[in-house]
Amino acid sequence: MISLAGRDILHAWGKFIFTGIGLGLLIGVTLTMAGVYRGMVADGKALLDNSGADLWIVQRDTLGPYAESSSVYDDLWRGVRAMPGVAAAANVTYLTMQVRHGQRDVRAMVVGIMAGNAGDPGWPPYLVAGRQITRGHYEAVADIATGFKLGDELKIRRNRYNVVGLTRRMVSSSGDPMVFIPLKDAQEAQFLKDNDAIWMQRRRTAANPAFNRPIVPGLLEAILDSQTTNNYVNAVLVRLARGYTSEEVAEPIRRWKRLTVYDRSQMEEILIGKLIATSAKQIGMFLAILAVVSAAIVAFIIYTLTMDKIREIAVLKLIGTRNRTIAKMIMQQALALGSIGFVVGKIAATFAAPHFPKYVLLMPADSIAGFFAVMLICVLASLVAIRLALKVDPAEAIGG
Amino acid sequence: MRGKGIHIEGLSKRYGEGDTAVLALKNVNMTVVPGEVVGLIGPSGSGKSTLLKCLGAVIDPTAGRMMLGDEVIYDDGWKVRDLRALRRDKIGFVFQAPYLIPFLDVTDNIALLPMLAGVPNNQARTRALELLTALDVQHRAKAMPSQLSGGEQQRAAIARGLVNRPPVILADEPTAPLDSQRAMAVIRILNDMARRYQTAIIVVTHDEKIIPTFKRIYHIRDGVTHEEAGEGRGFD
Repeated sequence: MISLAGRDILHAWGKFIFTGIGLGLLIGVTLTMAGVYRGMVADGKALLDNSGADLWIVQRDTLGPYAESSSVYDDLWRGVRAMPGVAAAANVTYLTMQVRHGQRDVRAMVVGIMAGNAGDPGWPPYLVAGRQITRGHYEAVADIATGFKLGDELKIRRNRYNVVGLTRRMVSSSGDPMVFIPLKDAQEAQFLKDNDAIWMQRRRTAANPAFNRPIVPGLLEAILDSQTTNNYVNAVLVRLARGYTSEEVAEPIRRWKRLTVYDRSQMEEILIGKLIATSAKQIGMFLAILAVVSAAIVAFIIYTLTMDKIREIAVLKLIGTRNRTIAKMIMQQALALGSIGFVVGKIAATFAAPHFPKYVLLMPADSIAGFFAVMLICVLASLVAIRLALKVDPAEAIGG
Repeated sequence: MRGKGIHIEGLSKRYGEGDTAVLALKNVNMTVVPGEVVGLIGPSGSGKSTLLKCLGAVIDPTAGRMMLGDEVIYDDGWKVRDLRALRRDKIGFVFQAPYLIPFLDVTDNIALLPMLAGVPNNQARTRALELLTALDVQHRAKAMPSQLSGGEQQRAAIARGLVNRPPVILADEPTAPLDSQRAMAVIRILNDMARRYQTAIIVVTHDEKIIPTFKRIYHIRDGVTHEEAGEGRGFD
């Protein structure tokens, strides 16, 4: 038996191809949306992986340092470092801001890292060019997604930094590329005010009789000094010593340091379950709408193609064609249209993904699931046309 | 069974019920023997199409008996189970317009019927080519319907009606879209095929120029038929 669907497609191949391309672009958008979500999850995991930490110590009862703000004293790490099971501990600050580079600025997450060695918690684990930060001030390592190059000079607040190294896939949970600078500079950047603001603050403090007491010499100067320094960091990153579990180390820190400690799985839950949950729902809604639109388009196209063949279907039925042969023809055409659309969509998504400003991760499993979803949508969409075809009266082929 | 034509007696068809009921066919009797081509003539609304649909097993008569060869198709409310297979294997159709499937070439348009009946593709195509040769359109075997002239399309449609060697062919105004010359050619072909394959052919027509070609004519008016001898010119 010849394939009626195949012959019809070959006969009207232009209509099928162009419709398939249109549908394919829609499927491409759907696959890309799924890739955007996967990219967000991958960014979150990359953030955790690249931090090199097993535990995150943050301000008590906060979801810091990524989902909420968190402040802990910058001398805390010393005590933590001495606790059993801790192989390494390091302060870290995170500040998302616009980093100026010449006449333009780049959205980036500025990470303050303690002086130490490559591989310490918080440090970029590898470079693709240049070297790690070796000086205590005004050096930076940037993710290549920032567009910075070795030797570039960038400006954070009032200070200028030389880019000495470049790294890759170091991004925040929202996909902003990271710029690593020395911790002291980062602490200053978090609270550094302009000269007018500093002058105003000094005046206010001096005008306060509680701080400006002539009978206590040096009090005002001490208070002013304390106001110009920042002794806080956002978190302390901890790497476990071999043979210790996360809970064995986290529990004493919670108990004795009165802080909140998250392990890797908890931090992942915060990032994926809370931080990007709303975005994920948003994308889910888009995917649902796109699926409905795709189904409607396939249904409309197949319905229209079937309507165009009503007379032929009546003739086929009159000459004894089984209903299932006609239903098969319509369903095969819908599946062929879906297959053309999927191939076009997959190719479009693959070529478009690298050009998106944020990471788009197209996973093979999503493509396979997408293919089956497209096939299912096509089958469901063809049911309307099949119902129409099965209702065609063979008597319509006979005049009168 | 083959070779015994079609026979109906007391065939009636009623549409609707009660006060709105319309009796479209009233006690129609008809016999067409193998190799014979008869005309069915009547004005619009006379019941021609209803009779054709009953003969084509597309709609069920309300009463009466219909036989195809020795096989009873309808008998006062009873009918054979698989009318679809009956239409495919034992009734050929030729329509007013050729209604060839536009996405199949001429050969496959004709071979489709035997293929639907389970005949292997090669055999079905061989059978189609034999008929196309008999109808002198073998040179258009690979053409698409849109590439054929009106006469060629109608000959291909006749070949489709004949391909399963049905004992009866129902032709619904097969010459309507054709000029006189082509119309006469189609009628000549139908007569040739009826004789060659011993098929009973019923031609429904309004076409004044072909009416003189029939030896027997059934006139139908208000659902009632009466038979009369035709002129039967030209095809012996």
